[in-house]
Amino acid sequence: MRALPYGDRAVLLELADAEAVAALAAALLDGRPDGVEEIVPAARTILVRFDPRRVTASHLAERLARINLAPIAEPARAADPVVIPVVYDGADLEDVARLADLSVDAVVQRHTAARYRCGFCGFAPGFSYLIGGDPVLRVPRLDEPRAQVPAGSVAIAGEFSAVYPVASPGGWRLLGRTDARMWDLARASPALLPPGTAVRFEAIRAGA
Amino acid sequence: MIEVLAVGAGATIQDLGRPGFAALGVTRSGAFDVGAAGLANRLVGNSAGAATIEIVLGGLAIRLGHAATVALTGAPCVIGSEPSGGGRGWGAAMTLPAGTVLSLGQPRRGLRSWLAVRGGIDAPVTLGSRSTDTLGRLGPEPLRPGARLPIGSDIDGDVPGLDYSPGAALTDVAAVPVQPGPRTDWVDAESLRQLWTVAWTVRPDSDRVGIRLDGPGIAWARAAELPSEGVLPGAIQIPPDGRPIIFGPDAPTTGGYPVVGVVPAAGLAALAQVRPGDTVRLRPA
Repeated sequence: MRALPYGDRAVLLELADAEAVAALAAALLDGRPDGVEEIVPAARTILVRFDPRRVTASHLAERLARINLAPIAEPARAADPVVIPVVYDGADLEDVARLADLSVDAVVQRHTAARYRCGFCGFAPGFSYLIGGDPVLRVPRLDEPRAQVPAGSVAIAGEFSAVYPVASPGGWRLLGRTDARMWDLARASPALLPPGTAVRFEAIRAGA
Repeated sequence: MIEVLAVGAGATIQDLGRPGFAALGVTRSGAFDVGAAGLANRLVGNSAGAATIEIVLGGLAIRLGHAATVALTGAPCVIGSEPSGGGRGWGAAMTLPAGTVLSLGQPRRGLRSWLAVRGGIDAPVTLGSRSTDTLGRLGPEPLRPGARLPIGSDIDGDVPGLDYSPGAALTDVAAVPVQPGPRTDWVDAESLRQLWTVAWTVRPDSDRVGIRLDGPGIAWARAAELPSEGVLPGAIQIPPDGRPIIFGPDAPTTGGYPVVGVVPAAGLAALAQVRPGDTVRLRPA
Protein backbone atom coordinates (compact mmCIF):
# COMPACT_ATOMS: atom_id res chain seq x y z
CA MET A 1 0.00 0.00 0.00
CA ARG A 2 1.22 3.46 -0.94
CA ALA A 3 0.02 6.67 0.73
CA LEU A 4 -0.13 9.67 -1.62
CA PRO A 5 -0.53 13.30 -0.46
CA TYR A 6 -3.98 14.91 -0.81
CA GLY A 7 -3.72 18.29 0.93
CA ASP A 8 -3.63 18.44 4.71
CA ARG A 9 -7.01 16.86 5.36
CA ALA A 10 -6.85 13.69 3.32
CA VAL A 11 -4.59 10.92 2.10
CA LEU A 12 -4.96 8.76 -1.01
CA LEU A 13 -4.17 5.10 -0.36
CA GLU A 14 -3.13 3.15 -3.45
CA LEU A 15 -3.69 -0.61 -3.26
CA ALA A 16 -2.72 -3.60 -5.39
CA ASP A 17 -6.10 -4.30 -6.99
CA ALA A 18 -9.87 -3.88 -6.75
CA GLU A 19 -10.13 -6.83 -4.33
CA ALA A 20 -7.73 -5.20 -1.86
CA VAL A 21 -9.65 -1.93 -2.15
CA ALA A 22 -12.94 -3.71 -1.46
CA ALA A 23 -11.54 -5.49 1.58
CA LEU A 24 -9.96 -2.40 3.17
CA ALA A 25 -13.00 -0.26 2.33
CA ALA A 26 -15.25 -2.83 4.01
CA ALA A 27 -13.10 -2.63 7.14
CA LEU A 28 -13.11 1.18 7.14
CA LEU A 29 -16.81 1.60 6.40
CA ASP A 30 -17.65 -0.95 9.08
CA GLY A 31 -15.98 1.02 11.83
CA ARG A 32 -14.52 4.39 10.91
CA PRO A 33 -11.14 4.85 12.62
CA ASP A 34 -10.80 7.74 15.05
CA GLY A 35 -10.55 11.10 13.30
CA VAL A 36 -11.69 9.76 9.91
CA GLU A 37 -14.56 11.77 8.37
CA GLU A 38 -14.99 10.40 4.86
CA ILE A 39 -13.97 7.25 3.00
CA VAL A 40 -14.09 7.15 -0.80
CA PRO A 41 -13.16 3.76 -2.24
CA ALA A 42 -12.48 3.68 -5.99
CA ALA A 43 -10.88 1.41 -8.59
CA ARG A 44 -7.37 1.13 -7.10
CA THR A 45 -7.45 3.65 -4.29
CA ILE A 46 -9.22 4.74 -1.14
CA LEU A 47 -9.38 8.45 -0.38
CA VAL A 48 -9.53 9.03 3.37
CA ARG A 49 -10.49 12.48 4.64
CA PHE A 50 -9.64 13.09 8.28
CA ASP A 51 -9.72 15.77 10.94
CA PRO A 52 -6.11 17.07 11.05
CA ARG A 53 -6.61 18.12 14.68
CA ARG A 54 -7.09 14.50 15.65
CA VAL A 55 -4.82 12.48 13.38
CA THR A 56 -1.96 12.95 10.88
CA ALA A 57 -1.76 11.46 7.38
CA SER A 58 1.35 9.38 8.09
CA HIS A 59 0.00 8.06 11.39
CA LEU A 60 -3.28 7.10 9.72
CA ALA A 61 -1.59 5.39 6.75
CA GLU A 62 0.64 3.45 9.13
CA ARG A 63 -2.36 2.27 11.15
CA LEU A 64 -4.35 1.24 8.06
CA ALA A 65 -1.42 -0.67 6.57
CA ARG A 66 -1.50 -2.96 9.61
CA ILE A 67 -5.11 -4.11 9.04
CA ASN A 68 -5.20 -7.77 8.01
CA LEU A 69 -7.53 -7.86 5.00
CA ALA A 70 -7.84 -11.60 4.36
CA PRO A 71 -10.49 -12.38 7.01
CA ILE A 72 -12.54 -9.34 5.93
CA ALA A 73 -12.91 -10.33 2.28
CA GLU A 74 -14.26 -13.82 2.99
CA PRO A 75 -17.68 -13.11 4.57
CA ALA A 76 -18.57 -10.69 1.77
CA ARG A 77 -17.84 -13.38 -0.79
CA ALA A 78 -20.04 -15.88 1.02
CA ALA A 79 -23.03 -13.53 1.45
CA ASP A 80 -26.27 -14.10 -0.48
CA PRO A 81 -26.11 -11.91 -3.57
CA VAL A 82 -28.65 -9.24 -4.43
CA VAL A 83 -30.24 -10.48 -7.67
CA ILE A 84 -30.82 -7.89 -10.41
CA PRO A 85 -33.40 -9.02 -13.01
CA VAL A 86 -32.38 -7.80 -16.49
CA VAL A 87 -34.07 -7.67 -19.86
CA TYR A 88 -31.05 -8.08 -22.15
CA ASP A 89 -32.09 -5.92 -25.10
CA GLY A 90 -29.53 -3.09 -24.78
CA ALA A 91 -28.54 -0.90 -27.70
CA ASP A 92 -24.90 -2.04 -27.53
CA LEU A 93 -25.46 -5.77 -26.98
CA GLU A 94 -24.51 -6.72 -30.55
CA ASP A 95 -21.45 -4.46 -30.55
CA VAL A 96 -20.28 -6.02 -27.29
CA ALA A 97 -20.77 -9.49 -28.80
CA ARG A 98 -18.70 -8.44 -31.82
CA LEU A 99 -15.95 -6.89 -29.66
CA ALA A 100 -15.78 -10.00 -27.45
CA ASP A 101 -16.06 -12.33 -30.46
CA LEU A 102 -19.08 -14.07 -28.94
CA SER A 103 -22.72 -14.62 -29.83
CA VAL A 104 -25.28 -12.35 -28.15
CA ASP A 105 -26.54 -15.37 -26.18
CA ALA A 106 -23.00 -16.11 -24.99
CA VAL A 107 -22.60 -12.49 -23.80
CA VAL A 108 -25.80 -12.81 -21.75
CA GLN A 109 -24.71 -16.18 -20.46
CA ARG A 110 -21.33 -14.85 -19.31
CA HIS A 111 -22.80 -11.68 -17.83
CA THR A 112 -25.33 -13.65 -15.76
CA ALA A 113 -22.87 -16.39 -14.75
CA ALA A 114 -20.38 -14.05 -13.04
CA ARG A 115 -20.50 -13.28 -9.31
CA TYR A 116 -20.09 -9.57 -8.71
CA ARG A 117 -19.34 -7.35 -5.78
CA CYS A 118 -19.71 -3.58 -5.47
CA GLY A 119 -16.16 -2.23 -5.40
CA PHE A 120 -17.21 1.38 -4.95
CA CYS A 121 -19.84 3.98 -5.80
CA GLY A 122 -19.27 7.16 -7.77
CA PHE A 123 -20.48 9.23 -10.73
CA ALA A 124 -23.97 9.59 -9.20
CA PRO A 125 -25.70 8.66 -5.93
CA GLY A 126 -26.18 4.88 -5.98
CA PHE A 127 -24.03 4.27 -9.09
CA SER A 128 -22.20 1.10 -8.01
CA TYR A 129 -19.08 -0.09 -9.84
CA LEU A 130 -19.41 -3.90 -9.83
CA ILE A 131 -16.22 -5.95 -9.97
CA GLY A 132 -15.76 -9.66 -10.58
CA GLY A 133 -17.17 -9.72 -14.12
CA ASP A 134 -16.03 -12.11 -16.85
CA PRO A 135 -12.70 -10.81 -18.28
CA VAL A 136 -13.85 -11.81 -21.77
CA LEU A 137 -16.49 -9.06 -21.54
CA ARG A 138 -13.95 -6.26 -20.98
CA VAL A 139 -14.85 -3.71 -23.62
CA PRO A 140 -13.81 -0.06 -23.89
CA ARG A 141 -16.21 2.82 -23.29
CA LEU A 142 -17.98 4.36 -26.26
CA ASP A 143 -15.87 6.86 -28.14
CA GLU A 144 -18.73 9.34 -27.93
CA PRO A 145 -20.74 9.22 -24.69
CA ARG A 146 -24.54 9.29 -25.03
CA ALA A 147 -26.18 12.54 -23.96
CA GLN A 148 -28.91 10.56 -22.20
CA VAL A 149 -28.84 7.03 -20.80
CA PRO A 150 -32.18 5.88 -19.31
CA ALA A 151 -32.43 5.05 -15.59
CA GLY A 152 -32.14 1.30 -15.01
CA SER A 153 -29.76 0.73 -17.93
CA VAL A 154 -27.41 -2.20 -17.29
CA ALA A 155 -24.02 -1.42 -18.78
CA ILE A 156 -20.38 -2.48 -18.92
CA ALA A 157 -17.05 -0.71 -19.45
CA GLY A 158 -13.54 -1.98 -18.74
CA GLU A 159 -13.54 -4.27 -15.72
CA PHE A 160 -16.88 -2.95 -14.40
CA SER A 161 -20.60 -3.59 -14.69
CA ALA A 162 -23.16 -1.07 -13.42
CA VAL A 163 -26.80 -0.01 -13.43
CA TYR A 164 -27.53 3.68 -14.11
CA PRO A 165 -29.56 4.86 -11.06
CA VAL A 166 -31.00 7.92 -12.83
CA ALA A 167 -31.14 9.11 -16.42
CA SER A 168 -27.81 10.80 -17.14
CA PRO A 169 -25.16 11.21 -19.83
CA GLY A 170 -22.98 8.11 -20.08
CA GLY A 171 -20.31 6.36 -22.13
CA TRP A 172 -20.74 2.75 -21.00
CA ARG A 173 -22.04 0.04 -23.34
CA LEU A 174 -25.67 -0.87 -22.73
CA LEU A 175 -26.54 -4.55 -22.35
CA GLY A 176 -30.10 -4.26 -21.07
CA ARG A 177 -32.41 -2.75 -18.47
CA THR A 178 -33.77 -3.50 -15.02
CA ASP A 179 -36.63 -2.29 -12.82
CA ALA A 180 -34.47 -2.62 -9.70
CA ARG A 181 -34.16 0.77 -8.02
CA MET A 182 -30.50 1.53 -7.42
CA TRP A 183 -31.22 4.64 -5.34
CA ASP A 184 -34.28 5.22 -3.18
CA LEU A 185 -34.27 7.80 -0.41
CA ALA A 186 -37.32 6.11 1.14
CA ARG A 187 -35.10 3.16 2.08
CA ALA A 188 -33.05 3.14 5.29
CA SER A 189 -30.00 2.53 3.11
CA PRO A 190 -30.74 4.49 -0.09
CA ALA A 191 -28.11 2.71 -2.21
CA LEU A 192 -29.26 -0.80 -3.24
CA LEU A 193 -25.66 -1.94 -3.78
CA PRO A 194 -23.31 -0.17 -1.34
CA PRO A 195 -19.58 -1.08 -1.44
CA GLY A 196 -19.02 -4.73 -0.54
CA THR A 197 -22.49 -5.98 -1.61
CA ALA A 198 -22.54 -9.32 -3.47
CA VAL A 199 -24.52 -9.07 -6.74
CA ARG A 200 -25.72 -11.34 -9.53
CA PHE A 201 -27.62 -10.56 -12.75
CA GLU A 202 -30.52 -12.74 -13.93
CA ALA A 203 -31.94 -12.70 -17.46
CA ILE A 204 -35.73 -12.20 -17.70
CA ARG A 205 -38.07 -11.73 -20.66
CA ALA A 206 -39.46 -8.31 -21.52
CA GLY A 207 -42.73 -7.69 -19.67
CA ALA A 208 -41.98 -10.40 -17.09
CA MET B 1 -42.54 32.04 6.07
CA ILE B 2 -40.51 33.77 3.38
CA GLU B 3 -41.86 34.24 -0.13
CA VAL B 4 -39.29 34.29 -2.92
CA LEU B 5 -40.07 37.07 -5.44
CA ALA B 6 -36.93 36.99 -7.60
CA VAL B 7 -33.70 34.99 -7.67
CA GLY B 8 -31.41 36.89 -10.04
CA ALA B 9 -28.69 34.62 -11.46
CA GLY B 10 -29.66 31.81 -9.08
CA ALA B 11 -30.04 30.91 -5.42
CA THR B 12 -29.96 27.65 -3.49
CA ILE B 13 -30.45 26.54 0.09
CA GLN B 14 -27.16 25.55 1.74
CA ASP B 15 -26.06 24.41 5.16
CA LEU B 16 -22.91 22.48 6.10
CA GLY B 17 -23.69 19.81 3.50
CA ARG B 18 -23.94 16.04 3.78
CA PRO B 19 -20.46 14.64 4.51
CA GLY B 20 -20.09 10.95 5.26
CA PHE B 21 -21.97 9.56 2.25
CA ALA B 22 -19.26 9.83 -0.42
CA ALA B 23 -18.89 6.03 -0.43
CA LEU B 24 -22.45 5.91 -1.83
CA GLY B 25 -21.62 8.46 -4.52
CA VAL B 26 -23.15 11.41 -2.65
CA THR B 27 -21.34 14.72 -3.04
CA ARG B 28 -20.70 16.89 0.03
CA SER B 29 -22.52 20.10 -1.06
CA GLY B 30 -23.04 22.84 1.55
CA ALA B 31 -22.18 26.54 1.36
CA PHE B 32 -19.32 27.28 -1.06
CA ASP B 33 -17.79 29.47 1.68
CA VAL B 34 -18.76 27.86 4.98
CA GLY B 35 -17.00 30.70 6.81
CA ALA B 36 -19.20 33.42 5.31
CA ALA B 37 -22.39 31.35 5.66
CA GLY B 38 -21.41 30.56 9.25
CA LEU B 39 -20.86 34.24 10.00
CA ALA B 40 -24.37 35.04 8.71
CA ASN B 41 -25.76 32.36 11.01
CA ARG B 42 -23.84 33.64 14.04
CA LEU B 43 -25.01 37.20 13.38
CA VAL B 44 -28.64 36.11 13.87
CA GLY B 45 -27.91 33.69 16.74
CA ASN B 46 -28.42 30.53 14.68
CA SER B 47 -26.70 27.22 15.27
CA ALA B 48 -23.84 26.39 12.90
CA GLY B 49 -25.91 23.87 10.93
CA ALA B 50 -28.80 26.24 10.13
CA ALA B 51 -29.69 26.45 6.43
CA THR B 52 -28.95 29.73 4.62
CA ILE B 53 -29.72 30.99 1.12
CA GLU B 54 -26.66 31.06 -1.14
CA ILE B 55 -27.15 33.84 -3.68
CA VAL B 56 -25.30 34.10 -6.99
CA LEU B 57 -24.71 37.64 -8.29
CA GLY B 58 -27.31 39.30 -6.03
CA GLY B 59 -30.76 39.89 -7.48
CA LEU B 60 -32.64 38.03 -4.74
CA ALA B 61 -35.95 39.53 -3.59
CA ILE B 62 -38.03 38.09 -0.74
CA ARG B 63 -41.14 39.10 1.20
CA LEU B 64 -41.20 38.35 4.92
CA GLY B 65 -44.47 36.71 6.03
CA HIS B 66 -43.76 37.79 9.60
CA ALA B 67 -41.20 39.86 11.47
CA ALA B 68 -37.75 38.31 11.10
CA THR B 69 -34.13 38.94 11.92
CA VAL B 70 -31.82 38.42 8.95
CA ALA B 71 -28.14 38.94 8.10
CA LEU B 72 -26.21 39.04 4.82
CA THR B 73 -22.56 38.15 4.27
CA GLY B 74 -20.28 37.42 1.31
CA ALA B 75 -20.13 39.60 -1.80
CA PRO B 76 -21.75 42.91 -0.70
CA CYS B 77 -24.85 44.05 -2.59
CA VAL B 78 -27.00 47.15 -2.19
CA ILE B 79 -29.90 46.20 0.09
CA GLY B 80 -33.38 47.54 -0.56
CA SER B 81 -36.04 47.12 2.13
CA GLU B 82 -39.60 48.31 1.53
CA PRO B 83 -41.70 49.84 2.88
CA SER B 84 -39.90 50.43 6.18
CA GLY B 85 -36.47 51.14 4.76
CA GLY B 86 -34.93 50.25 8.11
CA GLY B 87 -31.71 48.36 8.66
CA ARG B 88 -29.33 48.34 5.77
CA GLY B 89 -26.20 46.84 7.20
CA TRP B 90 -24.15 44.27 5.33
CA GLY B 91 -22.60 41.86 7.80
CA ALA B 92 -24.99 42.83 10.61
CA ALA B 93 -28.32 41.58 11.95
CA MET B 94 -31.43 43.46 10.72
CA THR B 95 -34.81 42.97 12.37
CA LEU B 96 -37.55 43.73 9.85
CA PRO B 97 -41.34 43.85 10.28
CA ALA B 98 -43.83 41.47 8.65
CA GLY B 99 -44.50 42.31 4.99
CA THR B 100 -41.03 43.77 4.34
CA VAL B 101 -39.73 43.20 0.82
CA LEU B 102 -35.97 42.74 0.98
CA SER B 103 -34.18 43.00 -2.35
CA LEU B 104 -30.54 42.85 -3.36
CA GLY B 105 -28.74 44.67 -6.15
CA GLN B 106 -25.75 43.15 -7.93
CA PRO B 107 -22.43 43.00 -6.10
CA ARG B 108 -19.73 45.28 -7.55
CA ARG B 109 -17.17 42.60 -6.82
CA GLY B 110 -17.44 38.96 -5.93
CA LEU B 111 -20.16 36.49 -6.86
CA ARG B 112 -21.80 34.78 -3.90
CA SER B 113 -23.64 36.12 -0.86
CA TRP B 114 -25.40 34.36 2.01
CA LEU B 115 -28.67 35.27 3.70
CA ALA B 116 -29.35 33.84 7.14
CA VAL B 117 -32.75 34.14 8.81
CA ARG B 118 -33.01 33.67 12.56
CA GLY B 119 -34.19 30.05 12.94
CA GLY B 120 -32.79 28.94 9.57
CA ILE B 121 -34.63 27.89 6.41
CA ASP B 122 -36.72 24.84 7.29
CA ALA B 123 -36.36 22.86 4.03
CA PRO B 124 -36.79 19.06 4.14
CA VAL B 125 -33.72 17.17 5.36
CA THR B 126 -32.13 14.62 2.97
CA LEU B 127 -29.32 12.45 4.38
CA GLY B 128 -28.83 14.86 7.25
CA SER B 129 -28.72 18.08 5.24
CA ARG B 130 -31.00 20.75 3.73
CA SER B 131 -28.44 21.63 1.03
CA THR B 132 -29.24 21.64 -2.67
CA ASP B 133 -26.87 19.26 -4.46
CA THR B 134 -26.78 20.62 -8.00
CA LEU B 135 -24.86 17.59 -9.31
CA GLY B 136 -26.68 14.61 -7.75
CA ARG B 137 -30.03 16.46 -7.60
CA LEU B 138 -30.48 15.82 -3.89
CA GLY B 139 -32.13 18.21 -1.45
CA PRO B 140 -34.42 21.13 -2.31
CA GLU B 141 -34.75 22.43 -5.86
CA PRO B 142 -32.90 25.67 -6.63
CA LEU B 143 -35.11 28.59 -5.54
CA ARG B 144 -37.68 29.94 -7.97
CA PRO B 145 -39.94 32.99 -7.78
CA GLY B 146 -43.10 31.98 -5.90
CA ALA B 147 -41.33 29.51 -3.60
CA ARG B 148 -42.44 29.73 0.04
CA LEU B 149 -39.80 28.88 2.61
CA PRO B 150 -40.77 28.04 6.19
CA ILE B 151 -38.51 29.26 8.99
CA GLY B 152 -37.07 26.69 11.39
CA SER B 153 -35.86 26.78 14.97
CA ASP B 154 -32.10 26.21 14.59
CA ILE B 155 -31.29 28.81 17.22
CA ASP B 156 -28.21 28.80 19.40
CA GLY B 157 -28.68 31.92 21.51
CA ASP B 158 -29.60 35.60 21.43
CA VAL B 159 -28.84 37.86 18.49
CA PRO B 160 -25.40 39.24 19.34
CA GLY B 161 -25.17 43.02 19.76
CA LEU B 162 -22.90 43.78 16.82
CA ASP B 163 -23.14 46.73 14.44
CA TYR B 164 -20.89 45.43 11.70
CA SER B 165 -18.58 42.51 10.95
CA PRO B 166 -16.08 42.98 8.15
CA GLY B 167 -15.87 40.25 5.53
CA ALA B 168 -12.76 39.38 3.54
CA ALA B 169 -11.78 42.12 1.07
CA LEU B 170 -12.62 41.16 -2.51
CA THR B 171 -9.99 41.84 -5.14
CA ASP B 172 -9.84 41.42 -8.92
CA VAL B 173 -7.23 38.69 -8.60
CA ALA B 174 -8.02 35.73 -6.39
CA ALA B 175 -4.88 34.40 -4.68
CA VAL B 176 -5.49 30.74 -3.92
CA PRO B 177 -3.21 28.50 -1.82
CA VAL B 178 -2.57 24.97 -3.11
CA GLN B 179 -1.27 21.96 -1.18
CA PRO B 180 0.41 18.93 -2.79
CA GLY B 181 -1.82 16.49 -4.68
CA PRO B 182 -1.37 12.78 -5.43
CA ARG B 183 -0.75 12.71 -9.20
CA THR B 184 1.88 15.32 -9.99
CA ASP B 185 3.87 12.54 -11.72
CA TRP B 186 1.08 12.15 -14.29
CA VAL B 187 1.75 15.56 -15.78
CA ASP B 188 4.87 16.97 -17.39
CA ALA B 189 7.04 18.54 -14.65
CA GLU B 190 8.05 21.56 -16.76
CA SER B 191 4.45 22.09 -17.79
CA LEU B 192 3.20 21.78 -14.19
CA ARG B 193 5.33 24.80 -13.20
CA GLN B 194 2.83 26.87 -15.17
CA LEU B 195 0.30 26.17 -12.43
CA TRP B 196 2.17 28.78 -10.33
CA THR B 197 3.22 31.23 -13.04
CA VAL B 198 0.13 31.61 -15.23
CA ALA B 199 -2.59 34.19 -14.56
CA TRP B 200 -5.52 31.78 -15.01
CA THR B 201 -8.83 33.08 -16.31
CA VAL B 202 -12.14 31.82 -14.89
CA ARG B 203 -14.28 30.21 -17.59
CA PRO B 204 -18.03 30.94 -17.93
CA ASP B 205 -18.97 27.28 -17.37
CA SER B 206 -17.72 27.45 -13.77
CA ASP B 207 -20.29 26.58 -11.10
CA ARG B 208 -20.66 24.83 -7.73
CA VAL B 209 -19.28 21.63 -9.27
CA GLY B 210 -16.02 23.26 -10.26
CA ILE B 211 -14.16 26.44 -11.14
CA ARG B 212 -12.87 25.88 -14.67
CA LEU B 213 -9.75 27.76 -15.65
CA ASP B 214 -8.48 28.93 -19.00
CA GLY B 215 -4.84 29.36 -19.93
CA PRO B 216 -2.03 27.40 -21.55
CA GLY B 217 -2.72 23.69 -21.14
CA ILE B 218 -0.74 21.56 -18.71
CA ALA B 219 0.53 18.55 -20.65
CA TRP B 220 0.14 14.98 -19.45
CA ALA B 221 3.33 12.96 -19.02
CA ARG B 222 1.58 9.62 -19.67
CA ALA B 223 -0.76 8.29 -22.31
CA ALA B 224 -2.39 5.77 -19.94
CA GLU B 225 -5.85 6.11 -18.48
CA LEU B 226 -6.00 6.78 -14.73
CA PRO B 227 -8.52 4.51 -12.99
CA SER B 228 -11.26 6.55 -11.28
CA GLU B 229 -10.30 7.74 -7.81
CA GLY B 230 -11.81 9.77 -5.00
CA VAL B 231 -12.18 13.54 -5.36
CA LEU B 232 -12.79 16.17 -2.68
CA PRO B 233 -13.85 19.82 -2.97
CA GLY B 234 -10.68 21.84 -3.59
CA ALA B 235 -8.96 19.15 -5.69
CA ILE B 236 -7.29 20.51 -8.83
CA GLN B 237 -7.79 18.11 -11.71
CA ILE B 238 -6.02 18.25 -15.08
CA PRO B 239 -8.29 16.87 -17.84
CA PRO B 240 -6.86 15.83 -21.23
CA ASP B 241 -7.16 19.39 -22.62
CA GLY B 242 -4.77 20.54 -19.88
CA ARG B 243 -6.99 23.29 -18.48
CA PRO B 244 -7.30 22.89 -14.67
CA ILE B 245 -10.62 22.37 -12.91
CA ILE B 246 -10.76 23.24 -9.21
CA PHE B 247 -13.60 21.24 -7.70
CA GLY B 248 -16.25 23.05 -5.66
CA PRO B 249 -18.68 21.81 -2.99
CA ASP B 250 -20.81 19.88 -5.51
CA ALA B 251 -17.81 17.98 -6.93
CA PRO B 252 -18.40 14.39 -8.02
CA THR B 253 -17.10 11.86 -5.47
CA THR B 254 -14.76 10.23 -7.99
CA GLY B 255 -12.93 11.41 -11.10
CA GLY B 256 -10.77 9.87 -13.79
CA TYR B 257 -8.13 12.57 -14.38
CA PRO B 258 -4.98 13.32 -12.38
CA VAL B 259 -5.30 15.55 -9.30
CA VAL B 260 -2.11 17.62 -8.99
CA GLY B 261 -2.97 19.85 -6.02
CA VAL B 262 -5.59 20.51 -3.37
CA VAL B 263 -6.94 23.91 -2.29
CA PRO B 264 -7.43 23.89 1.49
CA ALA B 265 -10.81 24.81 3.01
CA ALA B 266 -9.71 28.41 3.59
CA GLY B 267 -8.89 28.80 -0.12
CA LEU B 268 -12.41 27.79 -1.16
CA ALA B 269 -13.67 31.08 0.27
CA ALA B 270 -11.77 33.03 -2.41
CA LEU B 271 -12.92 30.63 -5.15
CA ALA B 272 -16.55 31.11 -4.11
CA GLN B 273 -16.22 34.74 -5.21
CA VAL B 274 -14.59 34.43 -8.65
CA ARG B 275 -16.63 35.42 -11.71
CA PRO B 276 -16.16 34.37 -15.32
CA GLY B 277 -13.26 36.42 -16.69
CA ASP B 278 -11.66 36.98 -13.26
CA THR B 279 -8.02 36.05 -12.71
CA VAL B 280 -6.92 33.25 -10.39
CA ARG B 281 -3.34 33.01 -9.16
CA LEU B 282 -2.31 29.73 -7.56
CA ARG B 283 0.56 29.56 -5.06
CA PRO B 284 2.10 26.68 -3.12
CA ALA B 285 0.82 26.56 0.45
